[in-house]
Amino acid sequence: MSIAVKNVVKRFGNFVALDDVSLDVPHGSLLALLGPSGSGKTTLLRIIAGLERADQGSVLYHDEDVTRRSARDRNVGFVFQHYALFRHMTVFENVAFGLRVRRAPKSRIDARVRELLHLVRLDGFGGRYPPQLSGGQRQRVALARALAVEPAVLLLDEPFGALDAKVRQELRQWLRRFHDEIKVTTIFVTHDQEEAFEVADRVVVMHNGRIEQHGTPQEVFDHPANPFVMDFLGNVNVFQGRIQNGKIVVGGIEMAYPEYPHGESRAATAYIRPHELDIDRSPVDTSSLRAKVIQVNPNGSVAKVRLESEESELELHVEINLERYAELGLRPGDLVHVAPRRFRVFFPEDYAI
Amino acid sequence: MKGPGQPLAGNRRILPGFRLSLGYTIIYLTVLVAVPLAACLAKVSSLTASQFVSAVWTERARAAYLLTFGASFAAAAINVPLGLLLAWNLVRYDFPFKRVLDSLIDLPFALPTAVAGLVYANLYVQNGWFGQFLVPLGIRGAYSRLAIILVLTFIGLPFVVRTVQPVLETIDAEIEEAAASLGATRWQTFLRILLPALAPALATGFALTFARSLGEYGSVVFVSGNIMFRTEIAPVLIVNQLEEYHYAEATAIALVLLAGSFLTLAVINSLERWSRRYAG
Amino acid sequence: MPVERLQAAPVEPERRFRQDPLLVRVPLILTGVAIVAVLIVIPVVNVFYQALSHGVGTYWRNLAGDPDTRHAILLTLIVAPTSVALNIGFGIAAAWAVTRFQFPGRTFLVTLIDLPFAISPVVAGLMFVLLFGLQGYFGPWLRDHGVHIIFALPGLILATTFVTLPFVARELIPMMEAIGTDEETAALSLGAGGWQIFWRVTLPNIKWALLYGVILCNARAMGEFGAVYVVSGHIAGQTDTMPLRVQKLFDEYNNPGSFAVASMLTSLALLTLLAKVWLEQKTRREMAAGAQNGLEPAQSREVRLESL
Repeated sequence: MSIAVKNVVKRFGNFVALDDVSLDVPHGSLLALLGPSGSGKTTLLRIIAGLERADQGSVLYHDEDVTRRSARDRNVGFVFQHYALFRHMTVFENVAFGLRVRRAPKSRIDARVRELLHLVRLDGFGGRYPPQLSGGQRQRVALARALAVEPAVLLLDEPFGALDAKVRQELRQWLRRFHDEIKVTTIFVTHDQEEAFEVADRVVVMHNGRIEQHGTPQEVFDHPANPFVMDFLGNVNVFQGRIQNGKIVVGGIEMAYPEYPHGESRAATAYIRPHELDIDRSPVDTSSLRAKVIQVNPNGSVAKVRLESEESELELHVEINLERYAELGLRPGDLVHVAPRRFRVFFPEDYAI
Repeated sequence: MKGPGQPLAGNRRILPGFRLSLGYTIIYLTVLVAVPLAACLAKVSSLTASQFVSAVWTERARAAYLLTFGASFAAAAINVPLGLLLAWNLVRYDFPFKRVLDSLIDLPFALPTAVAGLVYANLYVQNGWFGQFLVPLGIRGAYSRLAIILVLTFIGLPFVVRTVQPVLETIDAEIEEAAASLGATRWQTFLRILLPALAPALATGFALTFARSLGEYGSVVFVSGNIMFRTEIAPVLIVNQLEEYHYAEATAIALVLLAGSFLTLAVINSLERWSRRYAG
Repeated sequence: MPVERLQAAPVEPERRFRQDPLLVRVPLILTGVAIVAVLIVIPVVNVFYQALSHGVGTYWRNLAGDPDTRHAILLTLIVAPTSVALNIGFGIAAAWAVTRFQFPGRTFLVTLIDLPFAISPVVAGLMFVLLFGLQGYFGPWLRDHGVHIIFALPGLILATTFVTLPFVARELIPMMEAIGTDEETAALSLGAGGWQIFWRVTLPNIKWALLYGVILCNARAMGEFGAVYVVSGHIAGQTDTMPLRVQKLFDEYNNPGSFAVASMLTSLALLTLLAKVWLEQKTRREMAAGAQNGLEPAQSREVRLESL
């Protein structure tokens, strides 16, 4: 079922949690609402679910306006951040709850619960109580419970937030495979960029109650719409400077920027990702920077190098692959040259943060 | 920036049952609390100012107020060191039957006040278990002011203990160890460090006992003898006026008592706020 | 599949206080014990001693053989449970309204609920006499319609209900605050209606706190003296509850009789204490489990997905 959010505004007292937010979620997609704390992502999720009421705007399920409908009547499956399992009921009863309140026949309940416990790999756990389960197990019970009533939409609020790193990893992959199997429209909230990228088809980056960008993980990462998105999705080096006549001069380097051929000089900021900078022992014409190596940190498949620019004392973060690292034989104190391969320009006055 | 539009009608709550639960609560409280209180105020307002004063300010009434407030104060004051001692024992020490003792401290809370009055009167009269020793010494624990203070102390015993106990339990042992390492004796540590930390709880316990004692009736009528001007507390005076159908006068005195209770309640609230701030 | 059982959070922190020297400890402990003995234990013993002072036969006759006393016992057994039942309904409604919703005047409402604690029982009785007594505001109307409230059962129930009003609510409100609304919201999202949510999710979570409130409410209701004294007119055999009966027998210099009834009330108080202790343990465990449910991170282990 597709979901449409139109011009939703939500305030808590004086705090504006959602500021005119609109979103389209295609049927069957797996969407991540990504952003820092306070960005409004959980509020948006809860409004979609009917657990909060928007002050303005509307929510549509498949073109049907459900804005005024209670959560109870929306047929959503909601998985809470802290699972909210019924502590006095067994796992079986937890999963069966939605069916019991709909007065489904006993045989159907039995069959469905067993089916779901099997789906989430918790066969045989039916008789246990939530306090007896680990975090990952509770998570899966919460999921099974939400799915028991065959919801048209599955909504997850920071589903893996409270779990160990390794458990998180495994559950992420599991959720992805699971979604491919059951194909229910799924939206989940996270503040972890890696998680959003690994699991979701589409990512919605939110900040201060607004949607900054909406697209596939690749789109959002390679073509960030503004400095916030770029900065939020991974490390970035920021250079202040000016552009004029098709050239940009920032932090001591000069690069071609044909997108701005005008004679009028403008302040500009260049954003460069760590892996978009190269390190060399010798200078690369006017577009390289002299810098001193401060720290080298081989980390997994890349080497993270921290340098300080000679000219501006700006701290630079560069990522090079291990082969190049071995080639260069970098050591703290070395004087090297840093050159950008790619960069992105934003004008500061457009994005006063 | 934001589109024009009316906010959605009524920010209705998410969980159901708001109107039902709030409605029932308000109706219940109105019928049982608000209306009776209003009746009091209405009755008193039927008196002129001078009538009011002559009702609440008779010599007999004054004696009753003095006794009520005085005895309540005394009982609360006695309960402070008593309660502190008991709380200290329960939190700091281990001894046989400690849990039994802990539970027994709540007995005055659970025991009907009439029973308390009955048995206290019985114990301290001339041939009572305690009276047989105390009366020859001139200590009259029944049908006297002392008797009132005694039984009010019993009634109020749990309050200080239960208010101080949790605070005592959460005092960091390291603070005392720090004091000791700096050379303080046990007594100095107690006086300079523990007592100030417990002060808010002690004050709250005092106020609670005081408030409880102000309105106490059942136990006092047994032990005091209800002698006018000597051992007649304000609630007894109210009852007497009622039995003579002096409704307005009884209500007037009741209002004085109510004022005292509410004032104490306000003090308790600010004390609790103080202790919360102090405890951080 | 190996599954570790999660430990319940420890209830009391380990205390490592410096032990006071014996010379200090012993006198303090003995004094404390002496205080409790003199103020509490000996009086309790005395009650039973006095009740049985003329032998068990007399004791029994005082209770079961005296029709007025029998009636007093019956009356208490009608009035107290009725008041408790009324206050259970109120307590649940008030706790639900106060802890599940935000609305203007919420704090005021909570203060209002505590009010009966601050009002002297005699004043409470007075208020109802002012309303329903012969010379009360509704007095003439009641007389014309033959309805008796003061000096009759309804008045006793009203006065008792007023005095014990806060007990159940005061136990439920902090409990329901602590438990939070997550489970109930989850139930809503799963399609449960209002009563379904309450019966299936809320009630199981609050049952010990509810029971605790009921026990306290009942103890107070059965022992209430002042308010009932004022509204009852203390007509023996008609409007005397047990505490009033104690006083009447005392006034008639019938010590064994008076103490016999008192002994029943004291036994009730002792039972209340036992129930209180037992329930306090239960509630503490519930609060600890509640604080830990879903918030505790999984134990770090090298395991496959299936055994998580």
